[in-house]
Amino acid sequence: MDRLYFEDFPPGEIIEYGDAAVTAEALIAFARQFDPQPFHLSEDAARGSLAGGLIASGWHTAAMLRRMNCDEFLNRAASQGAAGVEELNWVKPVKPGDRLHVRRTTLEARVSRSEPALGVVAFLFEVLNQDAETVMTQKDATFFLRRTGAGAAR
Amino acid sequence: MIAMFYEDHRIGQRATIGAHEFTREAIVAFARAYDPQPVHLDEAAGAASRYGSLCASDWHTACVCMRLLVDFREAQRAAASALGETLPQLGVGAGLRAMRWPHPVRPGAVVTFGAEIESMRETKRPQWGMIGSRSFGVDQEGREVLSFSSHVLVARRGQ
Repeated sequence: MDRLYFEDFPPGEIIEYGDAAVTAEALIAFARQFDPQPFHLSEDAARGSLAGGLIASGWHTAAMLRRMNCDEFLNRAASQGAAGVEELNWVKPVKPGDRLHVRRTTLEARVSRSEPALGVVAFLFEVLNQDAETVMTQKDATFFLRRTGAGAAR
Repeated sequence: MIAMFYEDHRIGQRATIGAHEFTREAIVAFARAYDPQPVHLDEAAGAASRYGSLCASDWHTACVCMRLLVDFREAQRAAASALGETLPQLGVGAGLRAMRWPHPVRPGAVVTFGAEIESMRETKRPQWGMIGSRSFGVDQEGREVLSFSSHVLVARRGQ
């Protein structure tokens, strides 16, 4: 597949992709390493919590979004790293058995003033479950090489 | 005093929550699972990138910060419990804002994480308050490698 550059992310474009199955094993393994709170560790411990049952760490959902983004476009893009995450919202709990996918909206694309070989693309990512419910949203910005600047920068 | 309930906190409070060394093995393991971009997996790709070396996934840094926050809070709860205090129910996070990674985290980096309370407000539910804080990580050279603001529900003392 062709390499993706700044010019390949036109504002207004909306695409959907990804299929991440959330298993209790993976959810618990992530939580043991990065977010060992009771409602992420076992069904028994989660029952009495505010969550009411075992739910994924929100950081796990964010990491799964990054993985789906890598598989869909980041790993074939001339990505120059993240400029930052403007906002991330955990909207609904992610539970064992859920299947997640992504709806990506390109919000804005502009050439960097300080580094003209680069463009900055702002995306809205909506992570949806199998019932088309939004579980997480993330607005962020990523640097990409411009196709015209690719020769000079590499 | 150990700050556990909403009322125990105040704006401007700052705490160091812990430090963590990022090994090459852990950087690559996280990247394989969640962020398999060459710059996080491969020395040569890292050297050719704008970062100049292999470096940790930005989300790896953020997830380690969360781990240390949980450990820090657990230690506080254990200390309070030892003093005979009633432990509050744990709240869940609603989201985060303005996450930045100003400097890459390279293999061998030791990052010290901390948090500072930025805002406090009551919620519609009398048993919960909302606390906003900025979390940050600083490497062994004093360079900030992570910063974000977040809001978490914190239990209030019984009325």
